[in-house]
Amino acid sequence: MNNDSINLKVGQCAATTYSVPVGPVHPALKEPIRFTFNLDGERIVGVDIKPGFAHRGIEYMGMRRNLIQALYLSERICGICSISHPLAFTQAVENAAGIEVPPRAQYIRTIIGELERVHSHLLWAGVGAHELGFDTLLHLTWNVREKSMDLLEELTGNRVDYAIPIFSGVRRDVPAEKAHLAYEALDYYKGLLQQMIDAFLHDKSVEMRTRNVGALSYDLAVDLCAVGPTARASGVKKDVRQDMPYLAYADMEVKAITPEDFGTEPHGDVYDNIIVRLLEVKQSIEIIEFCLENLPSGELMSIPKVPALLATLKKASGEGLGRHEAPRGEVIHYVRLEEGIEEPAVWKVKAPTYSNLMAWVPKFLGDEIADVPIIAASIDPCMCCMDRVHMVDTVGNETTRMKEELVRLSREKTRRICG
Amino acid sequence: MIFGTLIKQLFSKPATNPFPARYMPKSVTALLAKVAAGKATIHPPVPAPADLRGKIAYDREKCIGCQLCIRVCPAKVIEFLPENKKIRMYVARCTFCAQCVDACPVDALATTPNFLLADTDRFSKNLIVD
Repeated sequence: MNNDSINLKVGQCAATTYSVPVGPVHPALKEPIRFTFNLDGERIVGVDIKPGFAHRGIEYMGMRRNLIQALYLSERICGICSISHPLAFTQAVENAAGIEVPPRAQYIRTIIGELERVHSHLLWAGVGAHELGFDTLLHLTWNVREKSMDLLEELTGNRVDYAIPIFSGVRRDVPAEKAHLAYEALDYYKGLLQQMIDAFLHDKSVEMRTRNVGALSYDLAVDLCAVGPTARASGVKKDVRQDMPYLAYADMEVKAITPEDFGTEPHGDVYDNIIVRLLEVKQSIEIIEFCLENLPSGELMSIPKVPALLATLKKASGEGLGRHEAPRGEVIHYVRLEEGIEEPAVWKVKAPTYSNLMAWVPKFLGDEIADVPIIAASIDPCMCCMDRVHMVDTVGNETTRMKEELVRLSREKTRRICG
Repeated sequence: MIFGTLIKQLFSKPATNPFPARYMPKSVTALLAKVAAGKATIHPPVPAPADLRGKIAYDREKCIGCQLCIRVCPAKVIEFLPENKKIRMYVARCTFCAQCVDACPVDALATTPNFLLADTDRFSKNLIVD
């Protein structure tokens, strides 16, 4: 090989893009998903996302169990959102069966739901710091997070998978003798929050790695139907607690937090994601405080006896939709009940990551390959929440179906059923 | 910005819970035997809340064999023993939701704060309640 041909090859390489696969299993990712990046030098010029590696068939399993058993299965859709899914699921079933929830139970559900937001956002902030290579901040954040985990353990009896909501109410009270523990934790967070904001938002190295990295414009966030902090970081004032108040949120003014509350213009970048999540921790603390102070007295469940509850659910028929603002965004559960069977006839789950998935594409484009871990983490993805479908053919090969084909299959089925 | 916090931490106790023994003992069982005999000390375990949802306690005498717990158990932990109308629980499968405790009409089941359930054999004596 002479020198000319080498030079030619080098020249050709520089002019072309090359693709770098990341995942499904990769140290930069916390959960399995596959990215294929097209790179021009260090810059990302194209990205292909392939989800579907963590499908567990939870809806199918739930449709073969009675509703009480399915409730604990719904808790295990996600380990971090282990109250968000049951809250949406119980609301869906209660709507379908027309079951009333006592006010005290609604407040307790809100308290546990907001505590989950506190620990989830702090977990995210720690993971974000770790992805930037700032492990000191990771350990500090997770140390702070422990307090909310301890409080959840005290109030519910479990550190994760709290098993608190049940159809018609909640299973455990927040008694007056435990309220002081909650107030203590809230004071702890109030004292530390400014310190956390200083550590993340007034730190030069964090700002340099996150400002204008993974930006998502307002219009794209709206067009791609992003939800939760991902949308709010782009300035979209979208929050189920504000738009369609449920549980105790109807009794208070919950405002969607955007970077404007911090006094900056929204860019939708990773820095704005940090702003939104840290300010939401503050908001959650205020909500918990409100709930503790205004906790109504009364019963915990409208149908306290388990056999009566099972009988009511067996008799019920109808459709119900449950929505909840999970830490990652809006989670929706759809349930259809049929009279005479204990199992849900249909159970459909839409996890927030599913809506935020497409926001990844504009976020990645134009950034560098070294920013992949932090941008991937910025939407706080949860793959096993999201993976609802995995298509394989009869011999086990993976297949992909596009929209046109699915529509065709759907029409064929209608024809088949109608004969 | 976190420099001050880091300096302060040099003079404060670690946030993590100490490991039971300072150094890894040659034999864990020998160390535990010594502790039981009062010849050695270990860091005590971190106290768990009294109403922690741990291993389920079963009062065999109170049980009336109604099988309601079996109907609500999400993890199929509980086996019915038809010969004497009692139940047997395989704790290795348990998800600690304590729904069976809520369902029991005669309070034969109760939660205990016992969470030390690690074992190499899922059918060991510690993991079967009957």
